[in-house]
Amino acid sequence: MADYLFLFRGGMQHEPGHSPAELQASMQKWLGWIGGIGKNGQLKGGQPLENGGKVIAGKKRVVTDGPYAEAKDIVGGYLIVTAKDLAEAYEIAKGCPGPDESGSVEVRGLAPMPG
Amino acid sequence: MDSESEIRSPKVVEHLFRHESGRMLAALVRILGLHNFDLAEDIVQEALLRALETWRFGRVPENPAAWLMLTARNGALDAVRRERSARRFAPDLSYQLDSEWTLVPTVDRLLIDSEIRDDQLRMMFSCCHPRLAPEVQVALILKILCGFGTREIAGAFLTENAAMDKRIARGKEALRESGTLYEIRSDAAVLDRIDAVLATLYLLFNEGYHGSHADLPVREELCSEAMRLLAMLLEHRAAAPPRAVALLALMCFHAARLRARVDDTGCLILLEAQDRGLWDSDLIRRGVELLDRAAEGDEVSEFHLEAAIAAKHCLAARYEATDWRGILGLYDLLLRVKPTPIVALNRAIAVAQVDGPEAALVALLAIPEDGLAGYPFFAAALGEMHRRAGRLTEAAAQYRTAIS
Repeated sequence: MADYLFLFRGGMQHEPGHSPAELQASMQKWLGWIGGIGKNGQLKGGQPLENGGKVIAGKKRVVTDGPYAEAKDIVGGYLIVTAKDLAEAYEIAKGCPGPDESGSVEVRGLAPMPG
Repeated sequence: MDSESEIRSPKVVEHLFRHESGRMLAALVRILGLHNFDLAEDIVQEALLRALETWRFGRVPENPAAWLMLTARNGALDAVRRERSARRFAPDLSYQLDSEWTLVPTVDRLLIDSEIRDDQLRMMFSCCHPRLAPEVQVALILKILCGFGTREIAGAFLTENAAMDKRIARGKEALRESGTLYEIRSDAAVLDRIDAVLATLYLLFNEGYHGSHADLPVREELCSEAMRLLAMLLEHRAAAPPRAVALLALMCFHAARLRARVDDTGCLILLEAQDRGLWDSDLIRRGVELLDRAAEGDEVSEFHLEAAIAAKHCLAARYEATDWRGILGLYDLLLRVKPTPIVALNRAIAVAQVDGPEAALVALLAIPEDGLAGYPFFAAALGEMHRRAGRLTEAAAQYRTAIS
């Protein structure tokens, strides 16, 4: 077993004009999907991220908005999921409602640290 | 994330976002003023998006409705602080909203449940302005108080999106122009517009009950929204004259039969062929209680009589056990209160059950013709009576007229 980081970008909240019922339906799908991972004992953590925040780069420590032109490109939240291997992590990620809502999920393995 | 929340898969109560958006919008319009309707809508949308963004990761607040309202409140406070030099808010609050000393207590005082309920009622009464066409009133109520999106309303009414968009925009413009929401503080003001409100809620209900939409969930939703708003109205003392209570009773009896009334393909099933086991006995019981309550006092409205007729149908164990004589007596009274061709037509059908098809034909043919011109159920009723009387050729001719 290993841990995988799921990074979420985009999604319904970045598009205007969704009705309350549509927003609730989306949330219900997310809760169902993440709840399912939890029920299988594979959810190690995760949290939404605030919008805003800046990138600090360069020797002069310049604070900028980063390379992202739009809010929909910023990571909106993350999960840490335990899975057998990368293939199983992808399978789990395919259940994510994000891609149906013009969003995406990026899956990365967490590298073990010595000690 | 603690282990307990990891394994739970929280569910949010059905229609929470829709219903809370109606509450938040009414409350915010009260604070920000009717002319800032768009700003209020933006703050509500922001609160819902914030909920989506944060709750979807698996943790829903213990009281989701209160969380949303608090978020909307903070949004309103931010907007007032940001823009109080640039815009005016509710005219009667301008003094209190201007000062930091009074801003928060003023806003919080307006966000207690009873205040919000009254804000919703005032919005409801405002949407039923006699200057607005009935279909605009219904669309506004669905949009503002029920939290439906324009696309969803257009879908329910089988109208084009753009046309519905225009209809709602026109209604909102008229609302804004009226300057302030309808005041319901005095009983006289409430009673002055209550009949317009009841008529519109009945129209909304009938769109679900008789409407052309084939999708049962859509129809149920329209009916239940009309009932929810009417029940909210009845909590207000002056807004609850006996006829309003009778209307809710009527809606209960109708709604109780909705599921049995439509088959899987959306086609109507006649009363005599309906599976009475599918009727909702809780709703029927609630209807009976409400009708009892509506009978207190000496008012006999059309809603009383229609509810009493519907009750007779609902309380008959089998179609054959229907109290047609009682129903006919009620139709006689209804025809006096509401002498319309449709009532006369329905009365004639009761006549057929009590005195036979020939008597019913006499009653049908006595209806002024112009009132029912082009109404297919009239020809269908004539055909049915001829069929029962054994005159099949005449029956066939009438049926052909009915479906042409």
